[in-house]
Amino acid sequence: MKSKGTNTNGVKIGLECHAQLLTKSKLFCPCSTDYHNSEPNTHVCATCLGLPGALPVVNEQAIRYGIKVALALGCEVQPEIIFYRKNYYYPDLPKGFQITQYDFPIALNGLVRIENAGDGGGKEREIRIRRVHMEEDPGRLVYKGTIDTAKYSLVDYNRSGIPLVEIVTEPDLRSPKEARIFLGKLRSILEYLGVFEGDLEGAMRVDANISVGGGERAEVKNISSYKGVERALSFEITRQKNLLRRGLVVKQETRHYDEVRGITISMRTKEFEHDYRYFPEPDLVPIRISDLVGEIRREIPELPDEKKRRFIAQYSITREHANALTFDINIANFYEEVASKTDAKLCATWVADVLKGELNYRAISMREASKRISAEDFVVILNYLKRGVITERGATEIIREMLDRGGNPDEIIRKKGLASIDSAEMEKAVLAVIKENKAAVDDFKAGKKEALNFLVGQVMKKTRGRATPQEVHRMVREKIGE
Amino acid sequence: MIRKEEIEHIGWLARIELSEAEKELFERQLSSILDYFAVLDELDTEDVEPTYHVIGIKDVVREDGAKEALSQSEVLRNAPKKEEGYFKSPRML
Repeated sequence: MKSKGTNTNGVKIGLECHAQLLTKSKLFCPCSTDYHNSEPNTHVCATCLGLPGALPVVNEQAIRYGIKVALALGCEVQPEIIFYRKNYYYPDLPKGFQITQYDFPIALNGLVRIENAGDGGGKEREIRIRRVHMEEDPGRLVYKGTIDTAKYSLVDYNRSGIPLVEIVTEPDLRSPKEARIFLGKLRSILEYLGVFEGDLEGAMRVDANISVGGGERAEVKNISSYKGVERALSFEITRQKNLLRRGLVVKQETRHYDEVRGITISMRTKEFEHDYRYFPEPDLVPIRISDLVGEIRREIPELPDEKKRRFIAQYSITREHANALTFDINIANFYEEVASKTDAKLCATWVADVLKGELNYRAISMREASKRISAEDFVVILNYLKRGVITERGATEIIREMLDRGGNPDEIIRKKGLASIDSAEMEKAVLAVIKENKAAVDDFKAGKKEALNFLVGQVMKKTRGRATPQEVHRMVREKIGE
Repeated sequence: MIRKEEIEHIGWLARIELSEAEKELFERQLSSILDYFAVLDELDTEDVEPTYHVIGIKDVVREDGAKEALSQSEVLRNAPKKEEGYFKSPRML
């Protein structure tokens, strides 16, 4: 990543993170939220289309989810919430305003701990949360071509009215990398709560406020991917620093992030905060939420930090493994299910290092993968490995085969001939290799250590990886010694 | 008193084009509305709770459940311009 060189003193970043909540219906109307694979404008009604006379009614579950998020982020939940109208004209808002919150949001003053420096440094940083509030998602604009060359925009209101929880941080982040780590942590927490699905397209969208060296801040809008955050911020820091270096000033302005080109563009907006003319939404009455807090607090599950500490204590695994295993709730659950039935340490290595690597390589999530490889399958594979029925290479091959084509471990072992060979068969292979490679054997006897590796390699080739290299090593030495 | 530039800005916020005559008209009308609020400003509201809603009802919510939406053709029926199931709108930045 490009964050090196931009990670210097004086960088202040605050984020406004918008996360779609997994309710069945929209925030103010009963349209389904399951729109991701649908034709445009098929999950729309009079309310989310902003037709005259339609009345919004608040979805209680959305409010409960919002409170849950606030509590998980250590916020103070407020006694009563009020919705406001934020007025501006843009085609993604059919009503000419967005229903959001202003004064009286769901919660204030939280805290999220992140581990800076994923490279083993493990320095903990505290990022303060300013507020958590609810709002409706605007519609989606589609441009033919790029945003600045398209002649018109196409509007799909399926997304209009999806409940969003907005999480606003204080400007406590110090680098683009920290911003990415923070977002990862936030995603992790939201998924633990079961209120968010980060893999869905557009599930998390971020606006960032950023300043350099105490100068004016620019707001970068439209960051819609986790990688995009780091890239957009790095670009923006470089842009601001170049201005300062040339003796120019950074203007306070709103900029649009162009994901394709990785740059930010001035939106030359003439709108300011007071132009939004926030006022209480007359169609929605205040909602008292104090009474819900106790009940919702009891629903909060073990969160990533606690789970990490417990994994280290309970399974005696390393901090790195615990980090890797607890980031995604689905991986954490998979690990625990397997670890409870076999060697927990061995399991940590095979889930955190091998399985996660294979998932990353295939760009699939654990949720997706668990349809092809179950915890029981994984227990079988690890037990075979422990008993020497298969080699490490064989185990890896079974995992790959199951992810790519399905099947079960026993079947794959049979079909691909992955069962480890017994010592008689290995001895046969070793003796054959010694006989066929006289020159190498002589080299080894003459003190050339590399010759041994060559011989071991030949045996591995002959046995198609079904022997354990360490044992082949031992046996080759033994046989040459004789 | 409200200035002409403010009238123009308000027009821009509403994306409404105003003629010179309209600007003068709205300048007069909005000024008189603001003058009236200036009268209200004279009231002492020190010990009065702010009013956020004029009806005394609270806590109106509904259960989370999805119902059938309108059909795409119905949704687009009032659209002056459409394309491939989308509303077509001027490009804005």
